[in-house]
Order: sequence, then structure tokens, then C-alpha cells
Amino acid sequence: MSHDIQTQPSAPGPIKLALTLTVFATLSALLLAVGNTQTLSEIELRRAEDLNAILSQVMPDQLHDNALTNDTIKIVGPDGAPITVYRALQGGKAMAVVLSVTGQGYSGDINLVMGVTAQGEVLGVRVLSHKETPGLGDKIEVPKSNWILGFNGLSFSTLAPQQWGVKKDGGAFDQFSGATITPRAVVKAVKQGLGLVHDNHAILFAGDANHD
Amino acid sequence: MTDSSTPKVNYGTITRDGLWNNNVVLVQMLALCPSLALTTTAANGLGMGLATTAVMVASGFSISALRKQIPADMRIAAFVLVIAVIVTLVDMTMNAWMHDLHKILGLFLALIVTNCVILGRAEIFASKNPAGASAYDGLMMGLGFTFALVLLGMVREVLGAGTLFSGMSLLLGDAFRIIEMDVPVYDGMLLFALPPGGFIVLGCILAGKRVLDQKLAGRAERRVAPTDAPACHSAPGG
Repeated sequence: MSHDIQTQPSAPGPIKLALTLTVFATLSALLLAVGNTQTLSEIELRRAEDLNAILSQVMPDQLHDNALTNDTIKIVGPDGAPITVYRALQGGKAMAVVLSVTGQGYSGDINLVMGVTAQGEVLGVRVLSHKETPGLGDKIEVPKSNWILGFNGLSFSTLAPQQWGVKKDGGAFDQFSGATITPRAVVKAVKQGLGLVHDNHAILFAGDANHD
Repeated sequence: MTDSSTPKVNYGTITRDGLWNNNVVLVQMLALCPSLALTTTAANGLGMGLATTAVMVASGFSISALRKQIPADMRIAAFVLVIAVIVTLVDMTMNAWMHDLHKILGLFLALIVTNCVILGRAEIFASKNPAGASAYDGLMMGLGFTFALVLLGMVREVLGAGTLFSGMSLLLGDAFRIIEMDVPVYDGMLLFALPPGGFIVLGCILAGKRVLDQKLAGRAERRVAPTDAPACHSAPGG
């Protein structure tokens, strides 16, 4: 069975072994470096495309005439970390913003993007990434369920802030059978995002479009 | 690639071993972590299975081609390096040029490196056999793995979520939307979507395979020795 290994000419010494392994490791590193440089720009492009695609899902094209990724503002998030806000401008006037918010799900962060008008109305919410249980918590994704579309058109004036919770907690949103933590986290994050837009309204919707 | 010192390769045996007789999950009981963690739906099982198969073919071929250059004492380290390089290159290439597929399989790709089956086949098969046969062994072992994962995923999906083949259209294209099914009324039992349910289903499938193998062996025995029928009855199966 193992004659291939045994018939090798007398086992090489440790130095030869170390050298061989070094050659292998160097070649591997070289291959990976080449692969990385060949794909890097392409992957960056794809990432930008993904971002644009998700931005356009929560921000209708007719609401802005600028490239969203070109007009960004940084505001201070709930945990003190800066949050990038994309501004939708029309004729230089800010009509709406897109911001990303994070919820604490059942198994890690749920990253969301949401579009909000100057009037504080939710244009749409989408999940960027999450690690929730497949088949249970992943109903927050649009391909799996249209639950998350339920946020569309809501604002603090049409739904009082204390109503922003899942039904189990006395709120207005459905939980999923077998998963309450995930929708609870998403509702909380969206509510937080709306609050941020309200708190920073003056900065976000300042009349002039000063790019940073 | 073709030297006289290598043992004769029997492609029929490789096929039967990979798909059934020595199935990665159902017989070798390796790779249980991805098998249990990812098989909440049949589509997930298929995705993981196919991605692993691709890596196994590539790693089988490259390790076999390099086997004369790898000293026995450092072969494991070299195998791990080769496998890691292949997986990383596949990951980057797919991310750049097959981005939609990568969005679905990307999660699985990173997990393939930790799959002990790939290292196992490198050690058991690819380090002792020609490159072509090693690639074929990778293909068959990978397909056997895929078969086991899809089977596990189908049972768990029906019992756990009350659906079958959901998400297949994301993996295989919109034409496959018609095979996505929903079990009427039944909404699924949480247990089967979680790891303990995976263990229960896997146990039942393993038991089922044993019974099936015994039945098949019994039938084969009877066919070989038709005059010896009484002895057959008294002999215990398996």
C-alpha cells in the first residue's frame, strides 16, 4: 500500500525538509499574490456594484439626480462610531438619505441599509449581511420573505415610537414562528436609524450640497 | 503521470467507493461539521457539495502531480498548503468573475478549507496514485458527499421548515423555481432546523443505509449460490 512513500531514497535531513517546505510556502505565497492582484480591482468593482444595487433598492431613482456614493456625510452612531450616510440630492437639495444600521441578532450582527425621506418616512429597508439561522431568522431577506417590506412608508408620525416592536412585546410587527430575536433586532435597529435621522436632521438635510 | 511503479487504477471501484461503499458522510463519517451545519435546506446541501467537489478534483490533481516532489515527512504540511491555496484562488476568482454564484456559495467556500475529507483523500489516494485517477477520485468522493448532503438537507427541510428545494432557483437559475415546493398546512418543527435535528436525521439515514446494504448483500449471496439456500437463511446478514 504505502510502498510509494517507503521506496523514497533515504529520508532527507531536517535542513533539506525545511528548505523544501520553504520553497513550497514561497511558491504558494507567490501564487496567492498573483491571484490577489489579478482579482483585486475586479472584486472592488463588484463590491461597488453591490452597494449601488442595494442603495437603489431603498432609494428610488426618481428621488435623486446625483450618484449616491458621491455625496456622503458621516454622523455619530448610537455607539459613538461614525456612520456613513448617503444623501439623495435633487437639484442640490437633499430629499432623502440612506444609512446603514446594525442590529444584534440571534447569532451576531445584522447589517441593514435603510432609506429615509426628509419627512422621516421609511423608503425601504434591506439586509446587507447576517448570520441568523437559515430557515428561521433568514426570513428578514427579501428573497425568502417579504416581511421587511412592511417597513415601507412608515414613520414616527404614522406609527408612534412605542409601537416599534414585535407583537410579542406589544408592538406592531409580526415575529416569525420559532424566531423572535431576529425580527426584534431588526425592528429595534430600524427604529434607531429613524431616530438618528431625526436627531441629525439639520446636518443631513442642509440646503447646500457640500461634499466631503 | 504514467509510470509503472503506481498501482493499477480501477475506475469502477473508485466510482462505487466514492458514491456508496465508502461514502464520505454515510460510511467514513467524516466532514460531519459542514454536513450538519449547512444542511437545513436541500439547496444549501447542494451548494456546499458542489463547491467541495470542485475543490476535491483540483486538489486531488495537483497533489498527485506534486507527489514525487513532496518528501514523506512533510507531506501533511504540503497538502494543507496546496489545498489552502486552491480554495483561496477559487474564492477570489469566483468573487471577481462569477459574483452572483459567489454570493450564494461564498459562505461555503471559506468553510471548505476546514473539511478533513479533502486532506484525507490527499493522504489516502492522491499521494499514491496518478493525477488523472486522483482527480476522478476527488470527483466521485465529492459527488458522494453532495448526494449525502442533499439527502440530509431534503429530509431536514421538509421536517424542519415544511418546504422542499426552497432557494434552488437562487442556486441553479430561475428555471428551477418550479421545483420549489411547500408542504401544505405543516409549518415545520424547529428541532430539525437546529443541529440536534441534524444528528437525529443523520442517525436515521445511517441506519437506513445499513439495512439497505444488508438486504443487497443478502440478495447477492443468494444469486451467487442458489443451491445453498438453507445456509443462506441461517446466516446472519451483514
